[in-house]
Amino acid sequence: MEELATQVLLLTASTVRLATPLVLCAMAGLFAERSGVVDIGLEGKMLGAAFAAAAAAAVSGSAWVGLVAAIAVSWSLAMLHGFASITHKGDQVVSGMAINIAVAGLGPVLADAWFRQAGRVPVSGEDARFLPIELPFAEAARSIPLIGPFYAEVVSDHNLLVYVAAVSIPIVAWVVYRTRFGLRLRAVGENPSAVDTAGISVDGMRYRALMVTGLLAGIAGAYLSIAQGAGFTRDMSAGRGYLALAALIFGKWRPVPAVLACLLFAFADAVQARLQGVELPLIGEIPTQAIQALPYLLTILLLAGFVGRAVAPRAIGQPYVKER
Amino acid sequence: MSGAGGDGRTSGAPPAIELLGIDKSFGPVHANDDIHLTVEAGTIHGIVGENGAGKSTLMNIVYGFYQADSGIIRVDGEERAIRSPEDAIEAGIGMVHQHFMLVEPFTVLENILLGAEGGWTLKAGKARAREALLRLEQDYALEVDIDARIADLPVGIQQRVEILKALFRGARVLILDEPTGVLTPQEADHLFRILRNLKEQGRTVILITHKLREIMAATDTVSVMRQGAMVAHRRTADTTTEELAELMVGRKVLLRVDKQPARPGSPVLEVEHLEVVDEQGVRRVKDVSFTVRAGEIVGIAGVAGNGQSELLEALSGIRRPSGGRVLLHGEPLADAADCRLKKLGHVPEDRLRMGLVRGFPAYENAILGYQLLPAYAEHGFLKKRSIIARCLDWMQGYDVRPAAPHLQATSFSGGNQQKLVLAREMEHDPDLLLVGQPTRGVDIGAIEFIHKRLVAMRDAGKAILLVSVELDEIMSLADRIIVMFDGTITGEVDQAEATARGLGLLMAGISNEAA
Amino acid sequence: MPTKLPPWVNFGLLPLLNLGMAFLVAGLIVVVLGENPFAAMRLLVFGAFGYGEAVGYTFFYATNFIFTGLAVALAFQCGLFNIGGEGQAYIGGLGVGLAGIWLGHWPAPIGLVVGIMAAAAFGGAWGFIPGWLQARRGSHTVITTIMLNFIAASLMTYLLVNPLRRPGQQIPESMTFDERMWLPQLSTVLRDLGYDIGRSPLNAALLLALVCCVLYWLFIWKTRAGYEMRVVGRSEPAAVYGGISPARQIMIAMTLSGALAGLMSLNEVLGAQHRLTLGFTGGYGFVGIAVALMGRNHPIGIVLAALLFGALYQGGSELAFDMPKINKDMVVVIQGLVILFAGALEHMFRPWLEARFARPALPAAAVA
Repeated sequence: MEELATQVLLLTASTVRLATPLVLCAMAGLFAERSGVVDIGLEGKMLGAAFAAAAAAAVSGSAWVGLVAAIAVSWSLAMLHGFASITHKGDQVVSGMAINIAVAGLGPVLADAWFRQAGRVPVSGEDARFLPIELPFAEAARSIPLIGPFYAEVVSDHNLLVYVAAVSIPIVAWVVYRTRFGLRLRAVGENPSAVDTAGISVDGMRYRALMVTGLLAGIAGAYLSIAQGAGFTRDMSAGRGYLALAALIFGKWRPVPAVLACLLFAFADAVQARLQGVELPLIGEIPTQAIQALPYLLTILLLAGFVGRAVAPRAIGQPYVKER
Repeated sequence: MSGAGGDGRTSGAPPAIELLGIDKSFGPVHANDDIHLTVEAGTIHGIVGENGAGKSTLMNIVYGFYQADSGIIRVDGEERAIRSPEDAIEAGIGMVHQHFMLVEPFTVLENILLGAEGGWTLKAGKARAREALLRLEQDYALEVDIDARIADLPVGIQQRVEILKALFRGARVLILDEPTGVLTPQEADHLFRILRNLKEQGRTVILITHKLREIMAATDTVSVMRQGAMVAHRRTADTTTEELAELMVGRKVLLRVDKQPARPGSPVLEVEHLEVVDEQGVRRVKDVSFTVRAGEIVGIAGVAGNGQSELLEALSGIRRPSGGRVLLHGEPLADAADCRLKKLGHVPEDRLRMGLVRGFPAYENAILGYQLLPAYAEHGFLKKRSIIARCLDWMQGYDVRPAAPHLQATSFSGGNQQKLVLAREMEHDPDLLLVGQPTRGVDIGAIEFIHKRLVAMRDAGKAILLVSVELDEIMSLADRIIVMFDGTITGEVDQAEATARGLGLLMAGISNEAA
Repeated sequence: MPTKLPPWVNFGLLPLLNLGMAFLVAGLIVVVLGENPFAAMRLLVFGAFGYGEAVGYTFFYATNFIFTGLAVALAFQCGLFNIGGEGQAYIGGLGVGLAGIWLGHWPAPIGLVVGIMAAAAFGGAWGFIPGWLQARRGSHTVITTIMLNFIAASLMTYLLVNPLRRPGQQIPESMTFDERMWLPQLSTVLRDLGYDIGRSPLNAALLLALVCCVLYWLFIWKTRAGYEMRVVGRSEPAAVYGGISPARQIMIAMTLSGALAGLMSLNEVLGAQHRLTLGFTGGYGFVGIAVALMGRNHPIGIVLAALLFGALYQGGSELAFDMPKINKDMVVVIQGLVILFAGALEHMFRPWLEARFARPALPAAAVA
């Protein structure tokens, strides 16, 4: 019984850790997509940020410098996406894909040229990473039944960026539904002409949305390389950007449901890690690859509308051109 | 100065709007050519002209949605640089666009707040707006449930939201672009009462329309535009519809279509208890039954959005009916391709979205829907040369200009696009022709041509079903008029007995028996 | 947007300008890395075309890109963005691989022909899935094809680690196929013609790729089926109005697109490796996006763009060898830049070019 409880707690804690980049990325994507800009480039932004964080932290020895570098790179990529898809009205999917591919190549190229570690950037040293923080009374509280271990294992003992992700959820929800920026954001993704005739710049709103996207995706990237991991490796985002996008769609472009979808995918991932090599009764050993493919399979089933149906912001994917 | 004088009260006060030498081109199209216009404060001023005369462009320049290439705008006697809607709102100008600028999933309140939130969070602004709106609603008899979602409101109410939106932003000049296109005649009259109310309170109204009846009914002064130029200013009391029509077109026009009484033959189209449900699960067509015979034009009248579009789509095989039967010569129809093979032609309501493929050259558009005919393909390969030859033939026969089969569909004007579609659908010699909004966005010359062709086709013994929101068009073309409201048929009238008032009542859902 | 540009600007100058921008940025990156971009360019060109074997490899890679470029272009014609070429090629390889393992003992050309058909069939089936999902369930192909790439990768890893692995071997790859299943090499033919391409694996798949180009051209622009597909690509409402079922066309387009991507596996599996290996698709499916965008969905453009990328891949390997500061991933960077400038930013130079080369305005009657 005790054993099972520990297992559940560990599984939950690892779900939280795995969900963090997904949540940050999904929140990032929410701003872009709610403003009417498809952002398939979350993957590239996160990967670019991961590289920048690792490189800056490795050189400076400071995790904070790494975080700033990550945000700067992700933000620049978001602006590039805006330049192509807002200013020049290019295809948003193509632009996102271009960023993903260019970054996937550029990371290893620069890593090789600057660090000579076969496309990797290792980050070592206490200050160069965001290390787990033990919250007050975590050990002392352990003796309290149920809540104590939960507090110690699941709530405490994560790195700073996990808490940033957690805090970002209510903030995003509040911004989207309770502020002027949120009202305009939701409007511009539904009917940009209405926003334009109300005296608000459509392009300006979309750029502003992408700035937030860049910021959040940057934190997600830093999490991968200098918080959860210890350095940059080739393709380390491993499709998480796409998965976050899928979670966003599954959450019907709303903050809280999107976070729940992230948690679901993260849970599948956590289970996968636990089940490796384990013989299950009746089924036998499930191949790792099957569990690895599970979130993707799940996403397809969800997208296929076998579980609800997602209605996208009406103006999504279309560059804004004044009608004549 | 241009002669739009007021009725006495305006002496002294500067004009609300003055335009001096406004010029605007879109690429090769000269949309506004050296426009001068004066609108006195506290009047209702009409701007009338054909489709494409440049009325909307001009008003969108005043509203800052477009920027003029040159020219001066004065508001209340003061020169203003209006570079965006923000500047216009600032100057006290509001505009109700032809296509409403509302965010459908938002509530009325949220829509009105958009751009005028009054602070970076919404809470305080919402409370303030709620109060201000209640006052405005009372002052101008503009009842709206401000917590309703736009998507749930009928268009007439949505229009009021647009007016409230402008007033909430402090508009002293209100521009309305073709506001009655979506209203019944009675609703339009109600709108005009609201506008007069605004005028009484000292506000200025500019009404853009192509309907002369509305100019005569609602305005104090009127300006006429033709092909991008301002051609005349009149006091409404001093002019007539005939004079305005002539000024609009530049020559004498026949307002009625010349035609002999119909000689209907046997039934061609029989519609029995037709039901159509849309994607959202809303019943759009409810238990509709009627017959169209050979040699007659049956018109379907009604305010836009009362099920006519869905009816047309169901009859042409685009949309699957959820109940009832559609018989052509007593036989049921399958899909759109099957309809074509069974000699059913269809000129769709929205030619640029449906009737034509924008990026395709004219000749590829000339076979759209008929691609399965052996005349156009052999062993699966298109007979390009013969398609081009035919297309050229039709273009010449229907006076499509320029008669260039290789030119992209979007390179033709609205009227020429429509003639191309008409040629395609008529030249395949259908027994039944469905026609939706045949003259929407089409200039008068093309309108006359299209109307003549339709009548000629009727006289050749073909059946025609005409759907139009232009009451004048229905009344002058159709031999029998069916009126739709909220998906049902509310009445049927013979052409001889039809009056705008009577049809208007039916369009508002008040059926013959009840009236 | 109807173009006002003369064809030579629209199909010649504009793509070249976009390509030039991509190379300009790539050159700047080379400078940042501390190398001379002109020297790098020289090495790259020599590495790609400098000697017979290099040319052979360049064309070998180009063969892959013709297939995946055609795959992306065909889906584009139907208004679909197929990012799943990678997965479809991978699964196409499974079809080829199974044929190679099982049919090696069949008389000479039959097994090979079945293998070719299997490549198309398996790739087509993997393309059909997102097609069906889009057509019948409304799930957007962009997302589903990405997901299916990941699923294909997992599936192939599982198969190559477990049932298909050559007995007694640790490396995750299949047995080597019987020689009867190998595609004929072009080196011997070319040597007889007096041209030596060394030991490069250029093979008959190139000829098949060129045949596919011709078939693609005929299908898209000359047949009724192609017409129907293009109508759907341009306007679904117009298609429905014209009695063309978008759902059906989407499924056909994705299946054909997947089949073309699947054929890519022939070049690698039957033409070069002669066995099924892990990750043999090497990102070539994604290159197809750049190739289709560069080639403006026209077969001639696609062949030229495929050659360009073939040269980049071949020359890039040599470059990485000679300039240690530049690694092979530089080619991926250029690929991304080409997609950016030729795809997403394709309109950047348009206003500027239109101001210079615009055709005289249409007759007034046409535009009024």
